[in-house]
Formats: sequence, structure tokens, C-alpha cells
Amino acid sequence: MKVLLDARQMDRLLGNLAGEIADRTPPEHELAIIGIRSRGEILAQRLANLLSRRLEKPVLCGTLDITLYRDDLNSPHADSQPQIRTTEIGFNIDDKVIILVDDVLYTGRSTRAAMDALIDLGRPKAIRLAVLVERQGRELPIQADYTGCKVDVEPQQSVQVSLVESDGKDEVIVE
Amino acid sequence: MNRILNLVERHTPGLAGKRHGASMAIIRKGKSFRWQRKHLLGLRELTVEEITHVLDTAKGLEEISKRSVKKAPSLRGKVVVNLFFEDSTRTRNSFSLAASRLSADVIEFTQKTSSVSKGETLLDTARNLEAMGIDIVVIRHGAAGAPTFLSKNINACVVNAGDGSCEHPTQGLLDVYTIREAKGSLQGLKIAIVGDIAHSRVARSDMWAMTKLGAEVTFVGPPTLMPAEAGRLPVRISYSLDKVIEEVDVVNMLRIQFERLGGNPFPSIREYSHYFGLTVERMKRAKPDIVVMHPGPINRGLEMESEVADGRNSVILQQVTNGLAVRMAVLFLVNQAAVEAPA
Repeated sequence: MKVLLDARQMDRLLGNLAGEIADRTPPEHELAIIGIRSRGEILAQRLANLLSRRLEKPVLCGTLDITLYRDDLNSPHADSQPQIRTTEIGFNIDDKVIILVDDVLYTGRSTRAAMDALIDLGRPKAIRLAVLVERQGRELPIQADYTGCKVDVEPQQSVQVSLVESDGKDEVIVE
Repeated sequence: MNRILNLVERHTPGLAGKRHGASMAIIRKGKSFRWQRKHLLGLRELTVEEITHVLDTAKGLEEISKRSVKKAPSLRGKVVVNLFFEDSTRTRNSFSLAASRLSADVIEFTQKTSSVSKGETLLDTARNLEAMGIDIVVIRHGAAGAPTFLSKNINACVVNAGDGSCEHPTQGLLDVYTIREAKGSLQGLKIAIVGDIAHSRVARSDMWAMTKLGAEVTFVGPPTLMPAEAGRLPVRISYSLDKVIEEVDVVNMLRIQFERLGGNPFPSIREYSHYFGLTVERMKRAKPDIVVMHPGPINRGLEMESEVADGRNSVILQQVTNGLAVRMAVLFLVNQAAVEAPA
């Protein structure tokens, strides 16, 4: 096991992400942050807070549950059964620039499912992807627009993101 | 008991909805529940955890019916057959719509227009349908146990949509879902189920689900409409609605099923309504926040007065809305179990 990011480093990366998102989104475009359950949800809330402070206006934030859109629903699951949770997006996504937030970008399959789920909710002006950690191993033509950090890990290793709100501490480890 | 209490409180929708990711994620981590039933035959056999899992899954599916594209792709390519040997509008349509919302294809099968009227047996009918490659059979049948019989003889998933006077599990689930939504939890609630208990599969499924989730259930009705086995069930029995109306948190008024009544279980409709109808007068003595339910279709003026059915305590239409989400959850879950444990 190796600690990839500690709390301080994670803070800094999230700050950078918020800065980059703010800088690269034209002010006339309305931003909305949507996190993919479950870690992405918490990161989205943090990013929305950072952004609203930076932009000095409220930034919309929502949570997307992608279970129904997973591409492996009809394959047996050895580890854990897909569990449907609520999607909580209390605003219309039409014509907004959606920043989709996830903790780790790996195969790209969650992102694909999230995009399909979003399209069923409306027609955003654009969907951009922000992730805390990016690792190699994409199985679909998907890439992040905003990346906290990139890591080089072996295929058999896993990248685990812990967050204060859900796990008691902020940390990213590789094991 | 404590364990049950925890489970119920944990899944209170109000809490789950509003609490932020934090606590929810912790709950999720500690919980590695797996739904393993490829058939839903009744609620009697379900654990508290299983019932709660269906309700939580339904909660996540509610949103689909509220958005512009009312569809999700999770049962794409699956075929659901509605095999109804008894009349039904609400339940059949609800199952059809639930299947469509999850992108399954639906075959409608009703007795009057099928080969059953030519003498085909239940098993032959089901096997023929199965030969067409169906995945889930939703069955309503006049004989108690028909869904169980079917589940033992075909490979497809079987969902009971009402068997005789035995069970109507999705109605029981949508009823507890609706109560949970209105009251937060069923733990400690007093619930009266009123009317023709003897012929009611709804009463039985409700009883199993409600008591498992911690409610205290009282069957209320004339002795002629009480089931013979009532004394052995986990409920209290009362022959007087007036005696229980003041203390209950929820009242579920059953439909008088004229099509099933034999003999003369009560002297007249007027007399039944006088003693067991939910009237405006009786409502004045009930708790102000009493939840009024009815599985439909209502005989207005018999089980309850229109003012009550359409009044502010009534959740009757909410029950119909919730029925859709609950049935989507059931179809989703039995399919998941079938995927993981193929025949």
C-alpha cells in the first residue's frame, strides 16, 4: 500500500481543479456540477463550494446515480451487486455546462453511463469531465477535461479514494 | 428488535434523501446486501432487509417517471409477459408501464383472448410463452399458489401480481412504501386494515410487510368477513371501526369484492357502510394526521365517502404513483438475481 495523496495535497488539487474550471468556462455560460455516486458526489459538493466562493455566486450541484445505465447489468457480479440509489438533480440541465465529477477515471465506462444518464435528463450545452485521479486503462474513447493528478499503476492494483465525509479522512492510496 | 429498529430508521426516506453523501456512504460501505430472489411470490417469506432493499431501490427509480425521457435502459432486450387470469386494470397497467420504463418489451396476455379459453393448462400456456424467449412472467391467478407452482416449472422469473386470497406482494410493498414516505418509518405505527379481510390478498401481504417493519396491525371488519385463520396471524382483530379509529396512524380501507362474496356476509350495503365505512363523521374522531389508504378501485360511498377519498389525509393516488416505482424495482431486482444465478 502506498499513499498517493494526503489531505493537504488533495485540498490543493481540488483548489487547482476549481481554478481551472473557473478560468476555462466563459462567464456567460451557466455552470452546474454533477457528481457520480458515491465519491464523485462528495467531490462535486466540495468543488461547487470552492467555485461559488471563487465566482462569488451560487453554483448548482447535483448527484447522479448511474446504476441503471451500467453496461454490466446483464453480467454476473462476483463482488457486489449493483444497487440503485437516487439521482438528485434539482435543476434543469438544458443549456448548462455540466462538469461531471468522479473520483478516479479508469476504464471510462462509468463516464459513458453517466453521459447516457445525463442525456436522458435533458440537453446540456456541454458535458466536461473532472476527476481527482486519472490512471491508464481506458476501454472507451473518453478523456478527462480537468485532472487532479495522473498516476501510473499496474492493472492489478487499485486506487482507493477516501474522503472525510464518507470514510473519516482525506486520502488516496494505491494497493 | 433493536436490529429491526436500526434498519427501519436507517432507511427512512426523509433522512436518506436529505442527509449528505457522508453518512450515506458509510451505511453503504457496511452493507453488502445481495438480492437473491429471482421470483417474488409473497411477502411472508421476505426478510426485513429484503423488503427494505426493494423500497430503497424503488426510491431511486421514482425519478425516472418525473423527467422528460421517462425511460432507462436497464431491462433492454428483456421480455416481460403479463399473464392475467383475473381482471385487473391498475396492476396490469402498472406492471406494463414499469417494464416499459426500464426498456423491456411487454406481452399482454389475458384469459379472455387466449387459448386458455380453449382449455390450455396454466403450465402449457406458460411453457409456450417461455418458448418465445420471455424473461419475466407477471402472473395474476384466482388460485392461491399458482405463481409458486409456475416458478417451480419454468426458468423465467415469476412475479406474483395476486393469487387468490393469498398474496399480492407488490401491493403490500407499495403500501409500506407509501406509509414510509408519509410517516418516515413504520416502527411503532398503529395500522387498521378494514373490510373484507377474508377475501383480501392485499390484507395478507400488507400484514406481512407492515408487521415485519415494526407496525402493529389490526384487522377490522364484520365476523363474516374475517378469515378463519385470523387468530393465528400476527394481528389484532376488531369488529368495530369506531373502537379503533381514534388510535390508529394509518387506515387502509379494502374494497368489498362483490365478485368474490358468497352468501350474505352483511345484511345490506347501507348497514356495512354504517359500521365499517370511513365517513366524514368518523374522520373527525381520527388523529389529524391519519393516513387514509385504499388499494382501489373504490366503491365510493361504500368503503369511504368521496370527501374522505379525495380529502387531505388520502394518499390513494400516491399509492398508484408509488406502485409504479415499486414494480420497477421488483422487475429490476428479480432480473438481477436471474443474471447472477442462471438456471
